[in-house]
Parts: sequence; C-alpha cells; structure tokens
Amino acid sequence: MNNRVALTGNEAVAQAMKQINPDVVAAYPITPQTEIVQFFSNFVNNGQVDTEFVAVESEHSAMSAAVGAASAGARTMTATSSQGLALMFEVVYIASAMRLPIVFPVANRALSGPINIHCDHSDAMGLTNSGVIQLFSENAQEAYDNMIQAVRIAEHPDVLLPVMVNLDGFITSHALDILEVLDDETVKNFVGIYNPEEFLLDVKNPISMGNLDMYDFYFEHRRQQVAAMEAAKKVIEDVGKEFEKVSGRPYGLIETYKLDDADMAVVLLNSAAGSAKGVVDELRAKGMKVGVLKPRAFRPFPFEEISTALKGVKAVAVLDRAETFSTLGGPMFADVRAALYDLKNDIKVINYVYGLGGRDLRLEDVEQVFNELDEIVKSGKTDKVVNYLGLRE
Amino acid sequence: MAKVLEIRWHGRGGQGAKTAALMLAEVVAEMGKYVQGFPEYGPERMGAPILAFNRISDEKIHIHSNVVNPEIVIVLDATLLGKAKITQGVGEDGIYIINTTKTPSEVRELLGLDDGKLFTVDANQISLETIGRVIPNTPLMGAFVKATNLLPFDEFFDKVRGQLSKKFKSKPEVIEGNLEAIKRAYQEVKSE
Amino acid sequence: MTSGVGNPCNKNFGQGRRTKAINSDLPWKELTKAGNIYEPGNSNSYETGDWRTLKPVWNEERCIHCLICWRYCPDASIIVTNEKFDSFDYKHCKGCGICANVCPAHAIDMITEEQQPLKKKEAKKDE
Ligand code: SF4
Ligand code: SF4
Repeated sequence: MNNRVALTGNEAVAQAMKQINPDVVAAYPITPQTEIVQFFSNFVNNGQVDTEFVAVESEHSAMSAAVGAASAGARTMTATSSQGLALMFEVVYIASAMRLPIVFPVANRALSGPINIHCDHSDAMGLTNSGVIQLFSENAQEAYDNMIQAVRIAEHPDVLLPVMVNLDGFITSHALDILEVLDDETVKNFVGIYNPEEFLLDVKNPISMGNLDMYDFYFEHRRQQVAAMEAAKKVIEDVGKEFEKVSGRPYGLIETYKLDDADMAVVLLNSAAGSAKGVVDELRAKGMKVGVLKPRAFRPFPFEEISTALKGVKAVAVLDRAETFSTLGGPMFADVRAALYDLKNDIKVINYVYGLGGRDLRLEDVEQVFNELDEIVKSGKTDKVVNYLGLRE
Repeated sequence: MAKVLEIRWHGRGGQGAKTAALMLAEVVAEMGKYVQGFPEYGPERMGAPILAFNRISDEKIHIHSNVVNPEIVIVLDATLLGKAKITQGVGEDGIYIINTTKTPSEVRELLGLDDGKLFTVDANQISLETIGRVIPNTPLMGAFVKATNLLPFDEFFDKVRGQLSKKFKSKPEVIEGNLEAIKRAYQEVKSE
Repeated sequence: MTSGVGNPCNKNFGQGRRTKAINSDLPWKELTKAGNIYEPGNSNSYETGDWRTLKPVWNEERCIHCLICWRYCPDASIIVTNEKFDSFDYKHCKGCGICANVCPAHAIDMITEEQQPLKKKEAKKDE
C-alpha cells in the first residue's frame, strides 16, 4: 500500500485531526498529549486547516470552550491526558448531558499521586460514568482510524454524545509505528459536512440549551442519555463497516484474536492487546488453545458481544490497567464478569491489575497469565480472583 | 510469530538517541519493512542515561512491551560503558556498536564480554568533522548498516537523503554533512 | 438484552421534534432532547408571581414618573406606558421590594397579600 507511513501515535492523531479539519479546537497541553496540540496548532498556523484554535488556560476551560463551540454548532475537538482529564471532569458530564458531539483524544496516563507521567488507564476509567463514548486504540493505526470514525459516531442523530478516543500514553503516543493513512479527500467525504439539526447560532430557530432541570425532568433526561448510549452500539458498528469500505480495516465493538476455538482468553484494552496477540501466536505454536478479546468500545460496554465471544472458553483473565479500590479488582473485570453472569455456565473469570504508572507489561507476564489459566482449567479451581501482574510481592 | 529484530540504543538525554531510533525507523519503514521506534521515558533531563528501542520485521508487529532481549545494542556515549547495563539481556550472537575512540578488543575487556560481536567507531570525531558539532547519532546509523549487513547501503543512503531533505529543506549543508558522516562511519567502523 | 435493529432505544427521543410541550406529565421519550427549549421568550410563561410574599402597591399621587423603579426591577415587572408608570406585572413580580427601596418619592409600599383588602376596608371606614 503506498499510503503506508511511519508516524508516532500523537502524529497520527494530529494527522487525522488535520484531515477532519474541525471548526474549533480548544486545548491545553499536558504530557503525553502535548504533541497532538503542538502539531495541530502548527497546522493552524500554516493555514493547513480552517480551524479556530482556542488556546485556553486550563483543561476545565478547554472543555468549557468546546461546550460553547459545539452548542453554537461547530464541529469541535479538544485533547488531554491524566490530570487534564481530571480537571475537565465536571464539564465532560455537562457536554454529554447537553448531547454535544465533541471528539477528544486522550493519551492515557496515570493519575497523581504519587506523581507519575506514564501510561495507565486511571484517567479514562475515572470518566466511565460520565456519559461519553469511550473508544480504545491498540496502536497508532487504530488511534488514527478511531479519530475519523469518532466524528461520525458522535454526530449521528441517534447518538449525539461526546466521544473520547483513548491511546496509551508514550507506548502509543510517542512510539513510531507503521500505519496506513487515507487520502485527504477520502477522509473529507467520510466525515462529511457537519449540519447540526439544532444549534445556538441558528437565529431562525431560537433555542435554549443547558437549561435547569429539577427532580421532575432530570431523571427523564438521564434516561434519554442511556438510550443514546444504547443506540451508539449499532452506530459504532455501522460506522465501522462503512469505514472498512474505504480503508479495508474492519472495526466493531470488540475485536477477537484466535478466539473461535480457544479454551482460554485474556481480555484487555489498548496496546497491551497487541502484546497479548504476540504471546498467543507463540503459545498457539506450542499447542495451547489461547485467544485475545479486545473491547474497542468500553462505553457503551458491549455486554452482548463479549458474552457471545467468550461463550465457548473455559477460563478468562481480565487485565485491567487501572484500580477501582473496590477491593474486587479493576473496572473492566466487574463489567466482563457481569456480562458473563447471564450465561450461567462454569467459565472461570479472574482479574489481573497490571501496568500501573507505566510498569511495562512484559511478554512473560502475559504468558504467566495463560499458564495460570491453564492450571485453573486443569484443576477446575480458582484460588485467587484478583491478582497483580508484574508487581514486586 | 515472524522474526522480529530488536535494537536497544543507549545514550544520554540530549544526544539524540530517540531521534536516531525514530529516524532509523522512518528510513527502514520506507524500505518496506514494518518497524517500531520508541524511547523509554525516565526523568527527562540533559545528560541522564536514556534508552531508545527499535523493532524491525517483515510482518506487522503486534507487541508493545519494552525491548528486553535486543539482538543489537548501540551505544552513543562511551562514558556509559562502565555504568549502563549495556550487555543486559543480550544473547551470544549479540551485536554491539559503540561510539568510542577505543578498539573493539579494548571495549570487550571493559565490558567483560566473552561472546557477541563488537564494532567501534569514533562518531564524535566524524560528526565534528562533517557536521561541525558532536552529534553521534547519524554516523552511528552508517555503522549500523555496516555491522548488521541487514540493509543494502546504497538504498539506505538514498532513503536517508530523502528523510533529511524533508527535515532540513532550508539547510542543504546540514543534509550533506549528515550524509557524509553516515558514509564515513560506514567505512571507518572497526570490527575485531 | 437490548441492542440491534428494532430496538426502541435506537432513536434519539425528542430530537428534531421541536415540541413546545414541556411539562412534567410527559414520559421521557416525548420530552425534548436534553431539555432544550425551542420557544423564544418562554420565561414569560413561567409565572413567578406566586413566589411573592410581599406585594408592591403604587401610590399614584406621590409618583413623579422618574421610572427609576423600572430600571431597577430585576424581573421587568414595572409596566410603563407612554413613558409613565402604568402598573405592576403581578404575574411575574416576585415581591423583592427593590422598587419600593429605590423610589425617591416613596410612591411604592410593600404590603402583605392580606393587608390589601384590609387597607381598603380601613379606607372605607375613614370615609
Ligand atoms: S421610582 Fe417611584 S416615583 Fe419613580 S416612577 Fe417608580 S414609583 Fe414613580
Ligand atoms: S417588587 Fe421587585 S419584582 Fe416586584 S416590581 Fe418591585 S422590583 Fe420588580
């Protein structure tokens, strides 16, 4: 393919943003997302995009400016990481409740404290209940592709919700990787022209947005958000299929790797899924029936797809790069286990928390998980439900 | 899994280990291979020992963990020889390419190595003479091509020229200096 | 589990309907999206007059029609006709008393809702 290029994850995201050419980007730099904003503001400066770039003084303001711009009817983006996302927190809830299709990449990084700049998913997992759609990206290619699809998902009339596109900080954001980019025209046609049905600057059809809700309305409007999230599942799949037509790369709610005949599976997000695929290849060569399930959408959570995909396995390990402090493991573990509950069969499900604060997930670690699953399948017994991978015991 | 060649760069903050890893990746990518290039981010400050990595393969690379068992180790700064864990995780056939004024056998003694293949090149002097300041990263790419024999030099050289021309459009002297540095390191690299 | 084609949730309820009927009897599917309001000037139909505990009354004889009360009223409840004080908009006046406070001619009194008929009776007595 002649569109093959070598880009870092941040470059790939900025490239997607350039091709999408949004009306407004309001952002504040934070490691490891900084380069996205830096590259994109260069595009603005060089006149390569028509975007109004709003340099704000904090992430709280970045999302607030995005809310204003999106309400006014602009195709709007921001970008952040870690503490920046934490500072955005309250405005993210407002953006989703106002049903504003803001797209924002998040280069995932641990939350302080202790102070740390490296990758984990604490930042994104802090906003799983905020009403935003969360897509995860294994590598620069997926980050690029997700950005382009996110625009269509967010703006779909059945959805109208913000979309957060996650990519692993440093591991993906700063690593040079090979990917295929689409040409400008293809991206332009794919995202289309944004024609919001209602917006504040529509003087012919005056509208009030972000109104006060009391106990007699708030609940109903929250219920509408759930319906939009439910509708998003089909939209994510439909947009994925349409994207496959222009790119040759299929996208759905989940991705499975060698799972069809697998006895054991790991479930994990982002770049770690790639490493797990590598380990699966090696173990398959040794005759172990192992596979990988990678949720692409974490919100909405693809319960049905996950329980269908894991129906045939005997043991599953969910790997979480974030802690919940519930004392029952990580956030994805709770959701995956809930998804499997209705199957009422004997699948053993265990949890590993790994990679906090950028701790490297080594290939031996993944291999160790599969070996422990193998033990569980053989003995039929699960000793420890929640485990810590790569931790000094 | 397809054979993946792994490279570890040892340098100090500000010496261009990351730039070299990314530049090498870009060039190798243009030669039609799959490649990754990424630094290990520690405390980001000038002079601190840092690592950068490459993976090169003929097929798509899935894994994203750090490189722990590199086939090739490239050292940008001779003062790291006694300090950083240069030989850690490297197999018997490991290739070491060191920027130093010492000979390969002197370095072998310094590292206490019994196996592996050692190459040395005075990249500091070469870069000083060709580019005008000490930036050992580009000449080391030339030494890499010679020592590993993985890539045809002429094609590699052309692609580097292409990359440099993109990056330094307005500074042709920088492009020529770097190209000369690569060529000289390719010729001057010493083996045992 | 609900998802896929035919799922009633695959609709963005309220979206595009531009319904003007916003009331707390409507089910969630019939309310406007996100509580958006499509009717300009709709605060007019929100009658805040029943928030009032004290009511402004106007003393025509004292009024010098300076319209300071009109400028200060936070609820635009002073009705002016031909550049002269006309009346209070009791549907919206919240009874804050600002008008009475700023009036240089002491032409506005704040009274309780019960006081008014009482005063009238007293007035009758005086006759
Ligand atoms: S402020 Fe007093 S005097 Fe002036 S217009 Fe109002 S009621 Fe009349
Ligand atoms: S009492 Fe308050 S709200 Fe009522 S007319 Fe006077 S200033 Fe306006």
